[in-house]
Amino acid sequence: MRASLPSYELLAPRNLGAALEMLARETGVWRPLAGGTDLMVLLEAGKLPHRKFLSIWKFAELRGIDVSSESLSIGALSTYTEIQRNAILQREFPLLCRAASETGSVATQNRGTLGGNIANASPAADSPPALVVYDAEIELISAKGARRVAYGDFHTGYKKMRMRNDELVWRIHLNRTLNRRKEYYRKVGTRRAQAISKICFAASASVEKGRINDVRIALGSVAPTVFRATETEKILGSEKLTSSLLEAAQATLGREISPIDDMRSTAVYRRRVAQNLLGEFFHLMNT
Amino acid sequence: MATRVIGKSVPRKEGREKVTGRAKYVDDLKFPGMIFGATIRSPVARGRILDIHFEPGIPWEEFTVVTAKDIPGKNCIALLIDDQPCLAAEFVNHPEEPVVLLAHPDKYLLEEARRGVRIEIESLPAIFSMDDSLERKHVIWGTDNIFKSYQVNKGHVEHALREADLIVEGIYETGAQEQLYIEPQGMIAQANAEAGVTVWGSLQCPYYIHKALVVLFGLPKDRVRVVQAETGGGFGGKEEYPSMIAGHAALLAWKSGKPVKIIYDRAEDMVATTKRHPSRTKHRTAVTRDGKLVAIDIDFTLDGGAYETLSPVVLSRGTIHAAGPYRCPNVRIRSRAVATNAPPHGAFRGFGAPQSVFALERHLDCVAEAVGLAPDEFRRRNFIQQGETIAVGQVIHEKVDMGRLMDRAFELSGYHEKRKRFEAENPGKMIRKGIGFASFFHGAGFTGSGEEHLASEVAAEATRDGRVRVMAASTEMGQGTNTIFSQIAGEALGIDQDQIAIVQPDTANVPNSGPTVASRTSMIVGKLVETAALEIRTKLINGGYLPAEYNAAEFAEACRRYLDRVGPLTSFAKYEHPRDLFWDDERYEGHAYGAYAWAVYVAEVSVDMRTAEARVDDFVAVQEVGKVINPVLAAGQIEGGVAQGIGMALYENVVWREGRMVNGQMTNYIMPTSMDVPPIRVFFEENPYERGPAGAKGIGELPLDGTAPAIANAIAHATGTNITRVPVTPEVLSELLESIHV
Amino acid sequence: MSDRAKKIRVRCTLNGTAATLEAYPMARLLDVLRDEVGLTGVKEGCGEGECGACSVELDGEIVNSCLIPVLQAEGATIRTIEGVATGDQLHAVQQAFITYGGAQCGICTPGMVLAAVNLLKRKPHATETEIREGLSGNLCRCTGYTKIFTAVMAACRDMDRTVEG
Repeated sequence: MRASLPSYELLAPRNLGAALEMLARETGVWRPLAGGTDLMVLLEAGKLPHRKFLSIWKFAELRGIDVSSESLSIGALSTYTEIQRNAILQREFPLLCRAASETGSVATQNRGTLGGNIANASPAADSPPALVVYDAEIELISAKGARRVAYGDFHTGYKKMRMRNDELVWRIHLNRTLNRRKEYYRKVGTRRAQAISKICFAASASVEKGRINDVRIALGSVAPTVFRATETEKILGSEKLTSSLLEAAQATLGREISPIDDMRSTAVYRRRVAQNLLGEFFHLMNT
Repeated sequence: MATRVIGKSVPRKEGREKVTGRAKYVDDLKFPGMIFGATIRSPVARGRILDIHFEPGIPWEEFTVVTAKDIPGKNCIALLIDDQPCLAAEFVNHPEEPVVLLAHPDKYLLEEARRGVRIEIESLPAIFSMDDSLERKHVIWGTDNIFKSYQVNKGHVEHALREADLIVEGIYETGAQEQLYIEPQGMIAQANAEAGVTVWGSLQCPYYIHKALVVLFGLPKDRVRVVQAETGGGFGGKEEYPSMIAGHAALLAWKSGKPVKIIYDRAEDMVATTKRHPSRTKHRTAVTRDGKLVAIDIDFTLDGGAYETLSPVVLSRGTIHAAGPYRCPNVRIRSRAVATNAPPHGAFRGFGAPQSVFALERHLDCVAEAVGLAPDEFRRRNFIQQGETIAVGQVIHEKVDMGRLMDRAFELSGYHEKRKRFEAENPGKMIRKGIGFASFFHGAGFTGSGEEHLASEVAAEATRDGRVRVMAASTEMGQGTNTIFSQIAGEALGIDQDQIAIVQPDTANVPNSGPTVASRTSMIVGKLVETAALEIRTKLINGGYLPAEYNAAEFAEACRRYLDRVGPLTSFAKYEHPRDLFWDDERYEGHAYGAYAWAVYVAEVSVDMRTAEARVDDFVAVQEVGKVINPVLAAGQIEGGVAQGIGMALYENVVWREGRMVNGQMTNYIMPTSMDVPPIRVFFEENPYERGPAGAKGIGELPLDGTAPAIANAIAHATGTNITRVPVTPEVLSELLESIHV
Repeated sequence: MSDRAKKIRVRCTLNGTAATLEAYPMARLLDVLRDEVGLTGVKEGCGEGECGACSVELDGEIVNSCLIPVLQAEGATIRTIEGVATGDQLHAVQQAFITYGGAQCGICTPGMVLAAVNLLKRKPHATETEIREGLSGNLCRCTGYTKIFTAVMAACRDMDRTVEG
C-alpha cells in the first residue's frame, strides 16, 4: 500500500446537487470517485497524485436503467453486474452485456461502473467499442445544466475527453432499433478471465441477401482511444460479401489502426489479430 | 501390507482454521509496541553508491534508519557462500537491491519517508543476458561470471557423434517464472543485544534463517530463534529469500528496540525477490536409423542473477535430470550458472529440472520426427529398464516400467485415437487440436551426499493423555506436512492421526530436520518421523508398559504410567545415509538420489488460429510415487503443480527491462484463473521405496517437470510449428504460425 | 508535509452486528476490517483487485475490499469469512473444503469460500462451468482449482439435500 492515506480527502456530498455545486465552485480541485475499481488501484500503487475526491456512489440520479419505447437510459453508476442483469440490454444490446461480462471478475463487476469506465478513458476498456457500435450518447450534468455528446466524439485523445472538470457523466443513452443485425464481440485478453484486453473488437451489421446494408466496427487497444474503423466501414459499404472484399477490408483495417508494443502484447500481433477477427465477423455476416 | 491410517484421505489437520479464517499468518500477528519497516532499494542495475540523501520535510529523528554500517556481524545472507550482502554497502549489483531500511510506528508516514530517501549512485556498465555474461562483456562476479559449472561424462560422446547415423540438434529456452504465492513475504522481528534475535514469519526453512541471522548478528546459536507462522504458499520462493527479509526486520528491531514488522506488497515481492532461473539448453543427439539413442550431448546454461545464492544446487538438479529416464551409452552434459545484473534467481518447485526436462522432452519429439518414428515409439525404444544406468551412472535398482505408465496415460487420455483424429480433422479449421506428452522422472531428496550433510533430526514426545508431539523443522505451507506426519506417526504408534500433535516449527523447540524443499519432506523427514514414533512405541513395549497389541486407551494409560514412573517419554531420530549410496562430487557421477518418481503426462490442447491462443482442454498425469500416504493431498499436489506448469507453458512471462521486472503486478503477470485450467486427471501407481515411510517417495516437484513440455509438444502437434521456448505466448505462436504459412 | 485528512466514522452492519468504524475516508475497507476490527480472516494478496483474497460480501454482493474506500461502506451490510460459520457449525462450503481438499495453504481460502457461498446463494444449482466462472476472480496458486470445484459441487448437493429436508 504505497499511498500516504492521511493526505487524501474523500467527502460524501449529501446529494448530486451538492456535489455538482462543489465541482462548480472549486473547479479542478475535486474529482469524482465512483466504484473505485480504477482509482483505488492507482492509490495503492502510489500513483494517484490527485488528493481530493467526492464520493458519488450513492446518488440515485446516476443509477438505474430506464426504458422507453425508443431508448434506454443507463445511469452512469450502473455496475457491470446490473448491466448484465437487465433483460432488455441482454436482448437488444448484447455486445454491451458481453463486454460487461468480460470485464474483470465478479467482484469487479459488482463495483465497476459504466460511467467510471467512460471517464477513466482507458484505450483498453471493454465497453467502449460496444458503445461506439451502438451510437451511444453520453449525457453530462453540471451545476450549469445537462448536455449530450455523441460517444463517438467523446474521446479526443489519450485520456482526453469532451468533459469539463465540473461535469459528471450522468446517463448513457442507447437508441432501440428494430433492425435485425449480425452482432459480434470478441475480447482477446491475456487469459480466459480477469484479463486486460490486448485487443477488443465489436461490430454490428445489417445484412440482406449477402449484401451489407450498414456496418459499424469499433476496436479497443489499437489506438490512444476507443477506435471506430470508419475506413473499413466505408470499404465494406453496401457491398456483397466476397473473399476479395474481406481482403480489401482487412488491408484497410491494418492501415487505419495504430496499435503499439506494450508489456502485454505487440503491435504486430494486435494488427494481425484485428484482421483475423474482422475475418471472423465476416464469416458471421455470411451465415 | 495393509495400513490403517496411511493411504487414507484423512482431513487436513489445520483445515478448520483455514476455512474459518482463523489461521494466523504473519501479517495477522500484532505485538505490543510493534512498528513497521520498509526497504529502500537500488534504482539501477549496477553502480557505486556515492551518497544517501534524506530529503527535508520528514521528521527523520522519529525514524529508525539502518544501513550496512549498522550490521553487528557480517554483512551477508549466509547460504552456500557469503557473497550476497544483506544491505548494499558500496556497490549495488542488481535493480531493487536493498540499501536502506526505515522503521516508524506510522505506516503512512513511513510511506512518505520511503519516497524521501534518495540513493545517489554512479552507474556502472551492467550485463543482462547469459551471452554477455559468458562472453565476459563485463566481469560482474568473481573472475569470470560463472557461479558454478559441472561436467557429466558417460561413455565417449565425441566418438559416438562421429559414428552416428543421424544427429539432431536443437536449442531450447525457458524464461523466468515468479512463484506468486498468494501470501506475500513478511517477517516480524524482536531483537536486542541481551535477549538476542527472534523472528516470526512466512517461511519454508527455519534453520536456513537461523544460520543467516547468527552470521549477520554474530550471535551464539542459542540466542537466535526462528518461528514459522502459518505460511500462505512457498513453492521455493520462501526457501532462501526469507533470510533476507528476516535480517532486515531484525536489524530494524535491533536498532529501534521495538518489534518490527515488514510485509512486502505484491509489487515489491515480484520485483525484488527470487524467480525460476531462465535457461538455455543446446541439444545434439545421435541416434541409429532404428531410433536408438547413441549419444546425448547437452549444453545447459542458467541465468543466476547477481549473486550465487542457490544457483549451484539448481544447476546440479537441472544437470542430473537433463538426459532423462532413457538408456544411452554416451552422455555428456556441460552446464554452468552465470551471473547477470538481475535480482538473484532462486528456488522454484522443480529447481532446475523443469528447465532441462522441457528441453529434453521437446527435443526428443523432434528427434523422433527426424528418424521417422512416432514420439511415443521413439521413447519406448529408449526407456531405461531396471538395472540400467542413467546419465550420471546411477544404476536404477528398482522396478521401473515407463512403457506401462505410458500405456496407462495413453489409455486414460485417448492419446492414439486423438492423435490420428486431430491430424485428420485439423486442416482448414479455425480451432486446431493437438495432443502431446512428456515422459520423465524426478529425484527426491537432496542430491548425492546432500542428505548426509544435512544430517536431519526429528524428535517426538508422549504426553500424559496419550498424545504424541512430533518436533520437526519441516514447515506446512499447504502441501500437507502436518497431516502426513500425523498419519505416519499415528500408523507407527498404532493410534489415530488425531492423537498426534505437530509442534509449530520454532528453532527453540524443534531440531533441525533440514529445509522443506527438494521433495524430501514425506520421504526423508517422514521416515525420521516414523522412526521417532516407533522408538516411543518400542520404549513402552520393552519397558513392559504396553503389550504388542493395544488400543488407544491402553496407549494413553501406558504413557501416563511411564511419565509417572520414569520421566519424560521422548525419542530422537537422526538421518543415516545408506552405506551403499555413493556420490562423487568431482566426477559428478554415482548415486544421485535415493529414489525417483516416474511419470508420463499427456496434454490435449486447442489452438485458435485467429488469435494464436492455446488452451489446455484436458490433462492426464500418471505417476509412480512409491506409496500414496494421503490420496486427496497427493492428488492436490499434482493438480496444483500441473496448474503452475500450465502457467509456465502458456502465460507466465516476466518482462525485463535492464534487469528489472516491469510487469510486477498480478494484472500484468498472468497466472491461470479457474477458467484457464482444464480437468486435471491424476492417477497414481505404487511401488514402495523401502527407505521411505510406508514406501513413499517425494512428489512435490514432479509435476513441474513434465507439464510444460507435454503442452509444448501438443501445440507443436496441433500447429506443425517447432516450439523451442516457454512461455508459448500468443505473440510468439503467432510469429511461428506466420513463418510456416509463408 | 501534506495536509492531513480527518478520520471519519462509518456505521455499518458487520457479520450481523452493528459496528462503527473509525478511519481515514480513503482507507481501504480491507485495512479497516483487519487492523481496526481485528477481522484478520480477510487477506491481502495483491492490493490491486486481482486475486480476490480480500473478498467480502457487501450488501449481499462479492467485492474486493482492497478497492473499497471505507467511506463508501456507510450503511452497508458486510459479511467476512468470520461471519460464514454459525458458531461452531461450519457452512456446507467450509465443510466441503475440508472433506475434499479445497484448501491447501489457506491464504486464498477465506475469499474463495465467501465467493463460493455467495455464488451458491445466487445459483443454488450451479454447474461446474458456472462455478469456474463465478470463482474466476479468486486466484489460487496451490490447488490448481480442481478440488475447489469438487468441494463447491459437493456443497451444492449438500445444500440441496438440506433444503429438501
